[in-house]
Amino acid sequence: MSRTQMTTGAICLAAVVALAFVPMIVDAYHLALAISLLQFTVLATAWGMFSGPTRYVSLATTAFFGVGAYTVAVLGEQLPWSLVLLIAAVIGAVMAVIVGLSTLRLSGVHFVIFTFGLAELVRQIVVWYEVNKTRVLGRYVFVDITQNDIYWQLLALAVIVFGAGWLIARSRFGFALRIIGEDETVARHCGINVTIAKVALFTITATFMTLVGAVMAPRFTYIEPSIAFNATISFEVVIMALLGGAHRLWGPALGAIPLTLLFDFLSARFPSTSTLIMGVVFLLIVYALPSGVVGLWERLKTWRPTASKMRGAQA
Amino acid sequence: MVSAVKRLAAGLLAVAGAASVGWDGAAEAQTSVKIGYAISRTGPAAGGAAVTTIPNYELWVKEVNAAGGLKLGDKRVLIEVVQYDDRSSAEEAAKALERLITQDKVDFILPPWGTGLNLAVGPILNKAGYPHIASTAVTDRAPELAKRWPNSFWLLGTSADAAKTLVELLTKLRTEGKIGDTVAMASIADGFGIDLSGAARPALTAAKFKLAYDKTYPVGTQDLSPIINEVKALNPDVFIAFSYPPDTIAITEQSRISGFNPKIFYTGVGTAFPLFKQKFGANAEGVMGIGGWNGDSPAIKDYLARHKASAANGAEPDRWASAVTYAGLQMLQQAIERVGKVDRAAVIKDLQSGTFETVIGKVKLENNMPTKYWWVGQWQDGEFYGVGPSGNEGERAPVVPKPAWKAQ
Repeated sequence: MSRTQMTTGAICLAAVVALAFVPMIVDAYHLALAISLLQFTVLATAWGMFSGPTRYVSLATTAFFGVGAYTVAVLGEQLPWSLVLLIAAVIGAVMAVIVGLSTLRLSGVHFVIFTFGLAELVRQIVVWYEVNKTRVLGRYVFVDITQNDIYWQLLALAVIVFGAGWLIARSRFGFALRIIGEDETVARHCGINVTIAKVALFTITATFMTLVGAVMAPRFTYIEPSIAFNATISFEVVIMALLGGAHRLWGPALGAIPLTLLFDFLSARFPSTSTLIMGVVFLLIVYALPSGVVGLWERLKTWRPTASKMRGAQA
Repeated sequence: MVSAVKRLAAGLLAVAGAASVGWDGAAEAQTSVKIGYAISRTGPAAGGAAVTTIPNYELWVKEVNAAGGLKLGDKRVLIEVVQYDDRSSAEEAAKALERLITQDKVDFILPPWGTGLNLAVGPILNKAGYPHIASTAVTDRAPELAKRWPNSFWLLGTSADAAKTLVELLTKLRTEGKIGDTVAMASIADGFGIDLSGAARPALTAAKFKLAYDKTYPVGTQDLSPIINEVKALNPDVFIAFSYPPDTIAITEQSRISGFNPKIFYTGVGTAFPLFKQKFGANAEGVMGIGGWNGDSPAIKDYLARHKASAANGAEPDRWASAVTYAGLQMLQQAIERVGKVDRAAVIKDLQSGTFETVIGKVKLENNMPTKYWWVGQWQDGEFYGVGPSGNEGERAPVVPKPAWKAQ
């Protein structure tokens, strides 16, 4: 490991340790905000890990998030917490494998529409099951999990997501994914099993999304399909990842953090028009920053010398 | 390394501590009572909130402030409102309430609209020690929740109770020979419909009614004519729809069109809405639904007039949760004024044990829930009167059989 890598590692470690102390020093509102920030950081980073290299735009975030939340609603009161999380992760992974195998051959807009439909499909299946089999629709989540616990679990999840992303990027798997992203046909000719690579990545990232839903569920107390499978989450995650830039591991976080803060600011200051302003913000992001904050940063870096040269030429 | 982290943490703690001391100092003088709420102005819950909750909150604040404010001891203190949009999302509602509690430091919080959101904010209000007067939540776990969160009050009761009262009324009418024993039941596949049909099904069977039809339909179903046609062919004495506002309207309209006119025609949420009367006019006559109120009581008549005068476009309140919501606000006001200061623990205690004069009559809670509810109402001469349970003050005799649909 080089010295810069060691320094970066040390800084990251120190940051995580410092973040772990946050619940002790902030009030309930700032803790709620911190939970939101971590939630969207993990979701957007997981989304970017898949969509960055493969360039698939997935709107299935809420499908996995909701499955995680529902697993807790069903099993939360019966099993120990760690087992519940494990089961949620397994269900999310299995679902992702099935969905991945059947849909990752689709491309472009077909995939987008399918994933959007997937969330609705899962929701309707849950509704059908609850209506016809269990005959209860709303479920209650009374588990012994405090807000602090939720925060720490999300922080741990964030560390694992970034760790996984870092490891994947440095592995043969990550290299294969980059080739797939550049040109799928070339990747096939190199002997890469494109489908397995894509499904594996989809499964890993979907498992993280499922876990976020499971961890967040105790915050809701009451869960019904419309709460757990809220399509807004899918769109928010996409827009966050796009703002940050999905082609770098840390890009989506750069979008998730300012946008979560912005949404919070808007709903506090403009309670009746916040949704409208958010829509305008989305439009601006897509038009003004097509490759996100990361893209802008990289463009600025490469521009600087040219810009000064141009100034020199004009003078 | 460790010591550096400790020092950093200690430093942050000191800063936070200093900041919180500063805030506490500023909150001392009581020149106004800050009342906060997060309500659904957008999203799927916005419709219900706009009819039942928001006009009542605005009416109450307007009236209290016009009278000089809340009476704390021997002075009057104006209400200052802080409000947010929870966008019909549980997460947003939770965050907004945490903001109200720790940032805006409001003195009291009014509840959000609907069962789901009231449950979502329950633990937060409980932890922070705020009274939680849930006036638009119907849940079978209300008694258990009241025990879990002693600061929470469930004014709208349980769905099991609603279904039981309806079946009791049907049994009574059958004994009187006014109806037979065939029942058709359709319910929406959502929390409300599932809970109520789940409670009604065994109650109907136990009362030896014949359940000729028992199906659910998904949320957002536009065309309800297949259900009505199928039910009409079965020719039941009683038709029960545990429906939500859009389908309550659609089911009634479809029944009118196809001339399906059972002896008892009962629809769910929305039957008690002023919109129902506007849409169906004389055809509303005889339709039964969930809710109802004592339309002859002077307090209700006065409330109806004030609500119309205050609300935008002279909107009328609904005949179920609106009056209960307003009564909840009156209870909060009376409890605060009896305590005489912003002492939330004392206000909670007063709500648990006190007696309150409200638009729905005298209210005394038992185990944080009222003892009397209106569960079955019926449109009679342009007013939605309570017809069940029997024994409530102002109870009207139900009009059975329902009169025929008139040509519009």
